[in-house]
Amino acid sequence: MAALLGTGALAEEAGQEKQDTQEKEKPIPPERAEEAKLKAKYPNLGQKPGGSDFLMKRLQKGQKYFDSGDYNMAKAKMKNKQLPSAGPDKNLVTGDHIPTPQDLPQRKSSLVTSKLAG
Amino acid sequence: FLGAGGGNDIQWCFSQVKGAVDDDVAEADIISTVEFNHSGELLATGDKGGRVVIFQQEQENKTQSHSRGEYNVYSTFQSHEPEFDYLKSLEIEEKINKIRWLPQKNAAQFLLSTNDKTIKLWKISERDKRPEGYNLKEEDGRYRDPTTVTTLRVPVFRPMDLMVEASPRRIFANAHTYHINSISINSDYETYLSADDLRINLWHLEITDRSFNIVDIKPANMEELTEVITAAEFHPNSCSTFVYSSSKGTIRLCDMRTSALCDRHSKLFEEPEDPSNRSFFSEIISSISDVKFSHSGRYMMTRDYLSVKIWDLNMENRPVETYQVHEYLRSKLCSLYENDCIFDKFECCWNGSDRQVEFFSLIVMTGSYNNFFRMFDRNTKRDITLEASRENNKPRTVLKPRKVCASGKRKKDEISVDSLDFNKKILHTAWHPKENIIAVATTNNLYIFQDKMN
Repeated sequence: MAALLGTGALAEEAGQEKQDTQEKEKPIPPERAEEAKLKAKYPNLGQKPGGSDFLMKRLQKGQKYFDSGDYNMAKAKMKNKQLPSAGPDKNLVTGDHIPTPQDLPQRKSSLVTSKLAG
Repeated sequence: FLGAGGGNDIQWCFSQVKGAVDDDVAEADIISTVEFNHSGELLATGDKGGRVVIFQQEQENKTQSHSRGEYNVYSTFQSHEPEFDYLKSLEIEEKINKIRWLPQKNAAQFLLSTNDKTIKLWKISERDKRPEGYNLKEEDGRYRDPTTVTTLRVPVFRPMDLMVEASPRRIFANAHTYHINSISINSDYETYLSADDLRINLWHLEITDRSFNIVDIKPANMEELTEVITAAEFHPNSCSTFVYSSSKGTIRLCDMRTSALCDRHSKLFEEPEDPSNRSFFSEIISSISDVKFSHSGRYMMTRDYLSVKIWDLNMENRPVETYQVHEYLRSKLCSLYENDCIFDKFECCWNGSDRQVEFFSLIVMTGSYNNFFRMFDRNTKRDITLEASRENNKPRTVLKPRKVCASGKRKKDEISVDSLDFNKKILHTAWHPKENIIAVATTNNLYIFQDKMN
């Protein structure tokens, strides 16, 4: 019986085998078997139990890659040709490329009536 | 009750389905909340596009005594719009996370609807007459030249086609840094709570510029964050009591009389974990996605990824009952993690209460995958799996129970776990407060099922 799980490709098969043979002796909790599968696929998965990483991700839901400082610089540039003397040059360049809210994928507000009401 | 015949069994039949038939689902049409009002006459849905649709039950037709009134569209409006928070570089979704109805006090209906950041109080009122016969205005609204008026008349109200209007009466904004997951109206009918990932606030329905923070679990150092608030609800009878659940599978009961900031719980409900069973997935699947008090307030029910638990408020150290919703998924956790389904937030609900006898919360309903939903009878301990599908849509035909085959030989009519469609999830269900009528939301359709009347 294979005690070690091999590479990702073999992991599922080996895991299954392991489960089948071990069921006759001492069954592995299915959760543990699934965990082993996951770790075999993603060896770099964090050592902490799945929890805190997801919490931080959850709290930051909706974050857009955007810098408000650059956005304001770009906006100022659009309004008048004069460059504010305090602004460093590189901000102008990045202000050009960093998306403005208008450039973000337009999420059109739903002016359409819900199909439930149709 | 569950399909096997016998005196008190409920036999569920298809009644109606709302929504588009086509498989191409626009994101805005994804239903995100379903809620009956206190009388059951109105049924509200919210969607990802920020829209609310309210259905009204027809008055029972005396000649057609074999079917309860159908639900037809009563009102629809745009509750929330997408916003962009420039300061925090955050996109604020218009998705309606929750709708809660206020008990009816006068002719109008009121509901609270919330997205991630803002709660709104909507008034839904009927207009069935309009004034006619103004002296200074024509019927089309144009103003008349006052010098042409030679006689006076008294304007009168004349009947008109019923118009249902929705207007926002209060906007409760700027009180939540994190994403609102729950709102709950207090039994005093004057205050309500709103909960986000880390904080719970108490509001007065009349006051929008002030809100009291009653729970704050944000750690001083965010690196130390270990759990978040996942749901919160006021006790149905005790106006100083509320509970909130966490991502670690615990529920805390708090009493607002003990202190202004209820950071110290009065009770902590937690089931001890078997350390030998602990795995990478343990905490994720123990996260509670919904909490609901029973009608009497003696019990509460929680939903985590694989089960529904019933807790007696007098016993903190373990639930009194546990029902497995889809235990066969335990050996699929790896792929459910990879496709993110392990983070799906299922809700749960109790049966309606029968006012003729002391109300009992006897039946639990919750959703699953493949457009299946499950019911558990606390008395008989029987359970049933039903499917919300257009294929079963013959009114008054009893729905056929479904069965999932976990492993081994698949019997005829059973579905194997690997054939389940994990994109077809039933996250939101609601039970009419008084009758055996249920509303079940699939991704973009709303199904209504009724008890087969004798």
